[in-house]
Amino acid sequence: MVIDTRVCQKYAPCEDCIHACHHLHNVPQIPYKKHEVKWIWKDEFEHAFPDTAHEYANEVLHGREFLLLCNHCEHPPCVRVCPTQATFKREDGIVMMDMHRCIGCRFCMAACPYGSRSFNWRDPRPFIKNPNPRYPTRMKGVVEKCTFCTERLAEGKLPACAEACKHGAIVVGDLADPNSEINKILREHFTLRRKVHLGTGPSVFYII
Amino acid sequence: MHDAGKVIPGIIAFVLFVTVPFWTNFGKAAPKPQPEIPKEYKKCVESKEFMRREHMKLLRKWRFDVVRNNMRIYINSEGKPINMSLQNECLRCHSSKKKFCDVCHDYVAAHPYCWNCHIPPEERKGWATKEVKSLTEEASSEQPASHH
Ligand code: SF4
Ligand code: SF4
Ligand code: SF4
Repeated sequence: MVIDTRVCQKYAPCEDCIHACHHLHNVPQIPYKKHEVKWIWKDEFEHAFPDTAHEYANEVLHGREFLLLCNHCEHPPCVRVCPTQATFKREDGIVMMDMHRCIGCRFCMAACPYGSRSFNWRDPRPFIKNPNPRYPTRMKGVVEKCTFCTERLAEGKLPACAEACKHGAIVVGDLADPNSEINKILREHFTLRRKVHLGTGPSVFYII
Repeated sequence: MHDAGKVIPGIIAFVLFVTVPFWTNFGKAAPKPQPEIPKEYKKCVESKEFMRREHMKLLRKWRFDVVRNNMRIYINSEGKPINMSLQNECLRCHSSKKKFCDVCHDYVAAHPYCWNCHIPPEERKGWATKEVKSLTEEASSEQPASHH
């Protein structure tokens, strides 16, 4: 996935992608920060790229907000630590969760360096205003995160966030295919990935 | 045995007392559960007998195929393709969890936790009954759920 952060900045404070994802996947809106659940959200440069940010950084970066979500890492530490294999990596590279198996130990949350995972401290259902009846919710005591819309990919659709963006800021494609659109974009633009030095191999790229 | 006259009736009274539930229900069978079968559909995924006996195993296999193997279509014994989804396929015909699933599950005191996450037809409208403000207050007045 490539996110063109210039486009996001241009149309700020647009959050269509976030609303689409959270509505579709019945992600609860819990106002109490400590119990918050999120699959995709925004944060500033210093928090998204703490190892790249410095006090003399280019000014445009200050106002810009960066969409953050699970990076579907090539070497996902969350998968390595999960004792139940509730979190696993699919053959196509998507880091997926089997909610039926999650025991809520939260090892994965400790292992993920990107804060991509949320724990259900409470029953999420009272916080889902307008549930999508075609998708399940989660229950108290499990961890959840972005699934790269596996249920949509299976139907040949794009991830909901990419589809929801009217401005085309989110492009999804096959990194393994050198001729794919996404590889072309990566060749032609300067991109950053989050905390690459940790060796997780994040698969979400940011055009700066 | 000096107190046989007290001990033996005592034992009998005790045995009678602990078997009270047995005597009060004696000869009365609980009525057989009658789950409501959808009228407009004639056939389930597999035969009635198979579904009755094996539905939990079938659902378990579906869950494994969908979540782990990214397979979404089940081919039944007649060769018919079926979308493997409890919430979107089974419940398309079975329009009431209360009148179908619960009837037998309650009878045998089985408590499957499917519905902790999968949304039953009765709850499609949602649960957000309380005002967000009162939920916020409630949430912040609580201790964090765990300090372990
Ligand atoms: S971003 Fe975090 S949750 Fe997602 S694959 Fe990487 S380590 Fe796992
Ligand atoms: S919380 Fe769930 S997904 Fe995370 S490591 Fe524990 S069992 Fe695995
Ligand atoms: S890929 Fe799907 S699940 Fe992940 S953030 Fe986008 S819409 Fe949400």
